[in-house]
Amino acid sequence: MKFAIQINEGPYQHQATDSAYLFTKTALEKGHEIFRVFFYHDGVGNGTRLTTPPQDDRHIVNRWADLAEKYDLDLVVCVAAAQRRGMVDAGEAERNGKDATNIHPKFRISGLGQLIEAAVQSERLVVFGD
Amino acid sequence: MAEEIKNFLYLNRRAPYGTIYAWESLEVVLIGAAFDQKVSLAFLDDGVFQIVKGQDTTGVDMKNFSPTYAALGDYDVNQLYVERESLEERGLTVDDLMHLTWEDEDEDWAEKDSIRVVSRAELAKIIEQQDVVFSF
Repeated sequence: MKFAIQINEGPYQHQATDSAYLFTKTALEKGHEIFRVFFYHDGVGNGTRLTTPPQDDRHIVNRWADLAEKYDLDLVVCVAAAQRRGMVDAGEAERNGKDATNIHPKFRISGLGQLIEAAVQSERLVVFGD
Repeated sequence: MAEEIKNFLYLNRRAPYGTIYAWESLEVVLIGAAFDQKVSLAFLDDGVFQIVKGQDTTGVDMKNFSPTYAALGDYDVNQLYVERESLEERGLTVDDLMHLTWEDEDEDWAEKDSIRVVSRAELAKIIEQQDVVFSF
C-alpha cells in the first residue's frame, strides 16, 4: 500500500514522531511504499541538524535521515511552519536575510501543497499527533 | 498528476487560541482549496469555538484569524459540519456561531448557509465516507 505520513509534533517532547518513525520503518520493511513524510506544526523541529541528544538516547533526526538514505524517503518540512519556528535552509536564509541554516541535508523545506499532493497520491494518509 | 478527485475532511478539534493547531489547519485548508478536491470541514470538541462570532483577541496579543472563515465560501469550501453535542456540552447554540455563507453558482449565486449542525452519530458516518481525513 502507498502511504503518506503527517507528523504534527516536535521531537522528544512528544511521542508522535517516534510512533511515526516506527510505523514508517516497519511499513517500508514490509514492502509498502511511503510517498512522503510531511512535518507540520512543531513537527518541523524533527528536521534540524543541530539536534544533540544525550548519547544514551535515540537520535530522532539522524534516525529519520538514515531511513531516508536507505529507502530514498522524501522528508518534507512545511515552509510556513518552519519560518515561524526558525527552521532554515540555504534558500530561506537567502530570502529572509538570515546568517545561518539548520535544516538537515536529508530533509527539504517546501510548501503545504506537498501535503495535499501526498494525500491525493497515496492510498492512506496517516496523521501522528495529539 | 492524477485527475482523481477525493473527499477531504478537515477535523477541527481544538480551541482557536492557546495552541496554533486551528490557525495552521486553516492554512492547509486555504492551500488545499487550490487542488480541486471535494473539501469539507468539521468542528467538534473545543473546535466549535473556532467559529464563534465576536472573537476579540486584543487582550492576548494574538492575531484574530476568525474573519478568514467567512472567506472559505469564496474558495468553494462550503460544507462546514458542526457537531451538535459539542455545542451543547459547551452551552453554545448555532446562534453563537458566525453566519458563514457561500454563493451557489448553479442557482444564480443564491446565498446559502455553509454550516450544518449534525449529531455525533451523523458525523461518524460523514468521517466514514471520506478518502482523506486531516486531524488538527
